[in-house]
Amino acid sequence: MNFFLTIILDGLIQASWLFVVALGLTLVFGVLKILNIAHGSFYALGAYIAATTVTMVAAHNLPPSFGFLAMLVAVALIASAVGILLERGLLKLFYGRDEVVLLLVTYAVFLILEDATKLIWGVNPIYATQPYELFGSVEFAGLYYVGYDLMLIPLSAAIGLMVWFGLNRTITGKIVLAVIHNQEMSVSMGVRVNRVYAVAFGFGVLLASLGGALTAPKISMQPGLSSDVIILSFAIVVIGGLGSVEGAAVGAVLVGLARAASVHLMPQAELFMIYLIMAAVLMFRPEGLFKRETARRI
Amino acid sequence: MILLVAAAALFGRVLPTWTLSLATIAASNALIALGIVILARTGNVSFGQGLFYAAGGYGVALIANAWGITDAVAQMLIGAICGGLLGLVIGPFIARYSGIFFGMLTLALSMVLYGALVKTTALGGSDGFNIGRPTLFGIVFTDTREADFMLYAVSVITTGLAGVAARILFRSELGLASLAVRENNLRVEYLGISSNWVITINFTIAAIFAGAAGAFALMAQRHIDPQFAYWTTSGEFVFVAVLAGYQSVAAVFVASLALELVRSFSNLYLPNTWQLVLGIFLLAVILFLPRGIGSLWIRQKRKRTYNPTLPPLAGQAQREAAQ
Repeated sequence: MNFFLTIILDGLIQASWLFVVALGLTLVFGVLKILNIAHGSFYALGAYIAATTVTMVAAHNLPPSFGFLAMLVAVALIASAVGILLERGLLKLFYGRDEVVLLLVTYAVFLILEDATKLIWGVNPIYATQPYELFGSVEFAGLYYVGYDLMLIPLSAAIGLMVWFGLNRTITGKIVLAVIHNQEMSVSMGVRVNRVYAVAFGFGVLLASLGGALTAPKISMQPGLSSDVIILSFAIVVIGGLGSVEGAAVGAVLVGLARAASVHLMPQAELFMIYLIMAAVLMFRPEGLFKRETARRI
Repeated sequence: MILLVAAAALFGRVLPTWTLSLATIAASNALIALGIVILARTGNVSFGQGLFYAAGGYGVALIANAWGITDAVAQMLIGAICGGLLGLVIGPFIARYSGIFFGMLTLALSMVLYGALVKTTALGGSDGFNIGRPTLFGIVFTDTREADFMLYAVSVITTGLAGVAARILFRSELGLASLAVRENNLRVEYLGISSNWVITINFTIAAIFAGAAGAFALMAQRHIDPQFAYWTTSGEFVFVAVLAGYQSVAAVFVASLALELVRSFSNLYLPNTWQLVLGIFLLAVILFLPRGIGSLWIRQKRKRTYNPTLPPLAGQAQREAAQ
């Protein structure tokens, strides 16, 4: 029984930060119709910025709780600025081109950011473990867990709820939904679609970096971080249906549980399991779990 | 065309030694990019050609080690067969998807193979393993320059013949049906042609090319590791295809050579930042040469002989929007 509880808890911890990252990816796709390969680089960027902030705070002998808050604020500010600049400065030039061309543009951004992070932070592993001890350790049904890990579950659930509430219950969110639904009609109704694009992309980058910042105390930051994360978050959004918030949540839980289960049961099959689920979902629902079928032109 | 291939192969005699292995890799990358171009004519871009590249490479390495086959042409054929068989298995399943889903599924499949290879200790895990130097028709090459030249000649001739085959394919019934599938697969179905079958055949051809290229890469490096199947490797092949544009077969080889030159020069002068250079290069090409470097010399030719079978892929979105 304890064994299953371990798998479920580990899976949910994995799912929590993966959900935050995948949420950004799915939002960007929903609004801009771009599958952003550079999304994993923004995750890595967030993790690196968080590590730098935490180290700076620790160097000034400030408490780790301040470091935790400072890293979230720093990441939020820098990431949304980077996202908006990138959308206005670069992606804007390629709108109206083929989907695949936009995919390649984000691939180019991925390549550039990959080396840019190496140039700024070097190739040696970086650690930022101070906030990890912040929440102590918790005994849960005879198992000991690090409080920080458990805290991630309600935190990401709260982020997800906030995004859902923001999209469905506020005027701004309704406008974004309108753009997702029909861009041309929104323009004719007087929506500034360009602004919605910039804000949505900035917010997507923000979520990716936030996911990176939240995991930063748990891991060691080194090159190659981004390409693993992008592969996982692609699988999540494809399982859930591109552009769906609920889908990202369900996909993240499925992928998290699959990862945790394969780590405990058969470690060789970790990546295999995730793509097995993805292939199975696509076999029966080619558009993902939460995507409504749309009419197409004949 | 065939004369051009023969000339390119003989040109290797006067090339300096360090460019020979570079040109071999460029030729094998061009072969995969050619497969991507063939597949792209159905409107689908594969982001997972690394799957067949690795399947060809590992297939050749295992069979060569087990049966002692060292002949370069035989190894190339084994690689092509391994890639082609895998393509034939995956093709019918993947042909149901289009656009981004097609790209992501191919990427996912190549990452499954990558994950499996990294965890398989019998195949050397993430370190991979080495194989011996190839021979040709029973001739053993002891001089490294002669061996490099042999491999260069075989790979250039193979890629050249594949290019000739591609030109014939583009004008064939199947090639024209592929373009129709890209424009509208439902209408093609109404005309009595199975668009899934058209995609499957093109997919298998691309897989055969990628498998053969995997064999060349293996013979040139005499080493194989799971990086063959990693998604950034596949990304580079798509990069070559985009750089070439979808109009000219010769452009694919030129683009592939350009990429290898940029890579080796930035390795030399800007170590650790060649991805940065590559990314900026890619952005510049998409921005300033939207139809690839082929458009540099195709544009003049088009005025004289307009060829309706080779329209650019870029701009498909606008055409769809205009419909």
